[in-house]
Amino acid sequence: MRLLIGALYTFLLAAVIGLGSTWVALTRNTGFGTLQIGAWTARPKTGTADIDPYARAAIARTGALPVAIGDGVAFVARTDDNGRPLDGRCDAVISGTTPAARFFTLTLYDPDGRLVANSLDRQGFTSEELVRHQDGNFEITVAPRARPGNWLPTGGVERYILVMRFYDTSVGVATRAEREAPMPSVKTGGCR
Amino acid sequence: MTRWLLWTLAGIILGGIVHLGTILALPRTASQDAYSRLEPITPVNTMTPIPRPTAAKALIPYMDPAFAVAVCRYDLGNGPMKLTAPVSQAYTSVTFYTRRGVAYYGINDRAAGRRTIELLLMTVPQHDAMPEDAEVTAADRLIIESPSPTGLIVLRALSPEPGLMPMAQASVAAARCAAQTQ
Repeated sequence: MRLLIGALYTFLLAAVIGLGSTWVALTRNTGFGTLQIGAWTARPKTGTADIDPYARAAIARTGALPVAIGDGVAFVARTDDNGRPLDGRCDAVISGTTPAARFFTLTLYDPDGRLVANSLDRQGFTSEELVRHQDGNFEITVAPRARPGNWLPTGGVERYILVMRFYDTSVGVATRAEREAPMPSVKTGGCR
Repeated sequence: MTRWLLWTLAGIILGGIVHLGTILALPRTASQDAYSRLEPITPVNTMTPIPRPTAAKALIPYMDPAFAVAVCRYDLGNGPMKLTAPVSQAYTSVTFYTRRGVAYYGINDRAAGRRTIELLLMTVPQHDAMPEDAEVTAADRLIIESPSPTGLIVLRALSPEPGLMPMAQASVAAARCAAQTQ
């Protein structure tokens, strides 16, 4: 009897620990080979055949088609520079410069990877559309209400994520430091 | 007391095994991966334009809305495939995914180098079976080896601004993938 209770306890514990850690690993976007620059994270290896088992499982679960390394690299921001989650009811300013690339796009998604509805039907910018300062730097305001300049509407959603994709770029598996890949800052301002 | 500690230790170790097992098994058992999502709307070995993602409906999550996309769901069971894609004005890329969504090869228009991207896709045994002289004839085309007999070819053409989307869509609509006839 004590053996049975002990075995049951062990199996229950194993199930909770095993499945719980799998769930956390797949939903929290942790992984090997993560390149972290400010608020932005990229996993260039996800776009190669050397993809790690965690990223492989995450892709199978979400159904996403990752950007291949010969095509480009994707950086994701879920928080601002201070670690505050991005809130669609607040204003956020993305400013600065980007790594060298032929093109880049900035896209706003909900945390599940869906585009967010807004009155303008604008979900992002390409590098060609941006209005820039004289020195080539840019500033994008992500806000629920209309702004002059580069305004990306949030649609007032509670949580959103930003994805910056660089196409035809030297940023890749070998990139280690911010010096090689200068990413723009993400700063949250006032909330509605 | 020691007995319960041992049971707990066994549970933690077993939990670790369960964790690794589920992570490794998940790609094989996932029913909503990209290939399964595309299966109903893409005929096999045919380049099919995919509708642009919108807020209301997106077939695949995290797609870049600035791109026009076409997918060729391939099956190399009957021999190698030939992909022909015109290069759009802005930026065009071709990415090859295995049945499980692993991007094993990606190439863009600059690397492919011409006004049209021409690629031959075959499995490793098919490549090995190719006669030497055929390889020379095919040398001006890129040969890609697919690790799995089925998979996805995703062609993407950038629309630098929203008004140029029809141009990008026309470019991917003109692409072809077809079983190669000797």
